[in-house]
Amino acid sequence: MLSFILRRLLVAIPTILILIVISFVLMFAAPGGPFNSERPLPPAVMANIEARYGLDQPYVVQMFNYVKNIVLHFDFGPSFRLRDYTVSDLIAQGFPVTLTYGFWAFVVAVTFGVALGVVAAIRHNTWLDYLATGSAIGASVLPNFVLAPILVIVFTLWLGWLPGGGWRGGQWQYVVLPVVALSTSYLAAIARIMRSSMLEVLNSGFIRTARAKGLPMRRIVWKHALKPALLPVLSYLGPAFVAMITGSVVIDVYFSTGGIGQYFVNSALNRDYSVIMGVTILVGALTILFNLVVDILYAWIDPKIRL
Amino acid sequence: MTTRFTLAASLAALVATGALAQGAMPAEGETLSDNQTFTYRVLDEFPSIDPGMVEDVEGSHVARQLFEGLLNQDAEGNVIPGVATEWEVSEDGLTYTFHLRPEARWSNGEPVTAHDFVYAWQRAASPELASPYSWYLELMQIENVSEVIAGERPVEDLGVRAIDDRTLEVRITTPLPYFLQMLTHTTTFPVPRAVVEEHGAAWTQPGNMVGNGAYVLSERVPQERLVMTKNPEYWDAENVILEEITALIINDENQALTRYLAGELDQTDIPIGQYPRLLAERPDEAHALPNLCVYYYNLNLSESGPEALKDQRVRQALSLAIDRDLLVENVLAGGQVPAYGLGHWAVAGYEVPDDLFGMTMTQEERNAEAQRLMQEAGYGTGGEPLTLEILYNTSDAHQQLAVAIGQMWKQTLGVDTTLANMEWQTFLDARGSQQYEVARAGWCADYNEASSFLDIVTTSSGYNDSAFSNPELDALMLEARTAEDTLPLYQQVDRIIAEQVPVIPIYFYSSNILMDPSIRGYPFENAQENWYGRTMYRVAEQ
Repeated sequence: MLSFILRRLLVAIPTILILIVISFVLMFAAPGGPFNSERPLPPAVMANIEARYGLDQPYVVQMFNYVKNIVLHFDFGPSFRLRDYTVSDLIAQGFPVTLTYGFWAFVVAVTFGVALGVVAAIRHNTWLDYLATGSAIGASVLPNFVLAPILVIVFTLWLGWLPGGGWRGGQWQYVVLPVVALSTSYLAAIARIMRSSMLEVLNSGFIRTARAKGLPMRRIVWKHALKPALLPVLSYLGPAFVAMITGSVVIDVYFSTGGIGQYFVNSALNRDYSVIMGVTILVGALTILFNLVVDILYAWIDPKIRL
Repeated sequence: MTTRFTLAASLAALVATGALAQGAMPAEGETLSDNQTFTYRVLDEFPSIDPGMVEDVEGSHVARQLFEGLLNQDAEGNVIPGVATEWEVSEDGLTYTFHLRPEARWSNGEPVTAHDFVYAWQRAASPELASPYSWYLELMQIENVSEVIAGERPVEDLGVRAIDDRTLEVRITTPLPYFLQMLTHTTTFPVPRAVVEEHGAAWTQPGNMVGNGAYVLSERVPQERLVMTKNPEYWDAENVILEEITALIINDENQALTRYLAGELDQTDIPIGQYPRLLAERPDEAHALPNLCVYYYNLNLSESGPEALKDQRVRQALSLAIDRDLLVENVLAGGQVPAYGLGHWAVAGYEVPDDLFGMTMTQEERNAEAQRLMQEAGYGTGGEPLTLEILYNTSDAHQQLAVAIGQMWKQTLGVDTTLANMEWQTFLDARGSQQYEVARAGWCADYNEASSFLDIVTTSSGYNDSAFSNPELDALMLEARTAEDTLPLYQQVDRIIAEQVPVIPIYFYSSNILMDPSIRGYPFENAQENWYGRTMYRVAEQ
């Protein structure tokens, strides 16, 4: 087990390096640059700026320096567009935000998604199943960029219960709407996966044996069916968890939470090279980490899997 | 409970300090609210709030609260004293001497001196800071500024020096009629040397930042909010009524509108097309203000452009066939003004000539003339078929306009259009390297003077994406730099633009905002919308 984890962590290093190289190539291949604006800068001014940010160096040198600064100083450089901040500042400020609403959205999505899926599977083809499946489908066809404005109109404008945006250091009033808006589609997906995998498990031989033995349904579901039925959900949850805690551009844009989700889109549009790299590496590292966590959980849930 | 104080008392206080022209000035009969806060929406995080680095309008609004330059603007945009109380200009118009206010203080209690200005200007021009706005100092024609920016001379050679703590001398190389107006811009604001050197780039963070404006930075969360509170050290603090100013960063304008309607904001922008409805529903709150920007189409006149566009008649026909009144009234519907030239109607000291090509005709006459010109050139209906591609940066608003204009060209001239959109950076690249046929463009004034608009079609302009070159126009603009009376020269340039159509001017922007009616003192008359929190206040709800 330990050697498995070590091996996976070692493989992560070249993976991240390849990620950096690919991102660099794509970034420089895109036309424009962080300092291009509608009004072209005079050449002398542009030259000063490029010298300050090291953009006058050949690409390979830039990439080498970049990696060197990360390895030696854990320094991701200054943001090219938000000049009052470094990339580390922006991530240190924004990541706790997305981590908070992403974590709660994850908890909500898993709790209600699994419950909904299990109920639908046990009460297969009854009104409860139709209700659960129906609401899951409803939630999945309602994208969060439609849901978010509706939530604000209802809970802020009409009812006046919750603020329509902002973060204020994560006070609960500011967290509720982002969590609802973010969790809905994940909840729906989890419910659907859970329902079909639960149905499959409930129809398998060992469950039939358990029922023939006269075990109560509650015990069969909790003790025997739930764990194997969770496996497909689990492989979905690894990437979903990373996606949720690194935020969503829709949530950040609609609720002005200040999270890092928006940087994925904004920094690419603004060619803010250092921020693009910073968030790419962050998500890359988290993805590798949580895929590893999922694999370990797999082994724990299913003894047939050996690491 | 509430401690409202009436205006009689505070007015008396204002008169006593003799600062009527500067601070907030509630009208008689107005009762101030207990809640002296102002919350407004900004679209995106400020690229910088460091005066030397500020490059966008929103950042300069913040820097204008946190710092004070030599000169300020009044509610109409005229120049009034700031840190400088008096100034003299030499006979040749090249040397300015400013006398600074002795009571001006930094927020840490230190006096503001002429040395602070010298440091700030040298810093803004220095290659080390690499400010994206260092070119503004070049625009001001300060002595040796280009050499300093290029690193060929030390910053000490810049044409600005402190004669003593209270006297600042500035030398420029060309007399500029609008030089004083340029000093209201944030790039010229002082910065505190000791603080900048102590904290480096982090000096703009709350807690570190020291300013000389009416407000100090108290909170800043990137992409969420920026809060400024009243600066007790400000020299005119007793006439500052508004206690707190908050900028909320809200990317989505419809979301911002909802939050305004829910009472979370005092000011927000009105999304395109919604102005007529909101004006009808909230006549006291919806405002359409002139905005010093012009919307136009570039026509590619370079080698890579279509042959047809090199024919002036074709360009004129395309321009005439656009029904600007229809676009402005039905598509944009927010108080925009049709444009036939580039000189903005609201710019200080400028009058749009009434004989601009196409301006005085009715749309029927324009269409008839357009058809005649197109026929003469041999394109469109009955001639060689012509298809043009309109390129714009991805946005619903630009698309709506391009569709409408394409239809007008099709109906009137038989010219087909295809639409192409690109994301911003790719778009700039394509337009700047003349890889387009017709491209959308917008331009906003750097300073409140007509040359800021007319310069963009001169041969050497970095923004001349049409690749237009007209020696007569270039000569006129050069002459205007030193002319006593610039108006006739500018008008002549505008006539050339309207007639030769290097670009198709379409409309002059308007900024549509919602403002809570209890907020007073906002400069609705200032075409640059340069607002100062210290002139604003909130009255109690009646």
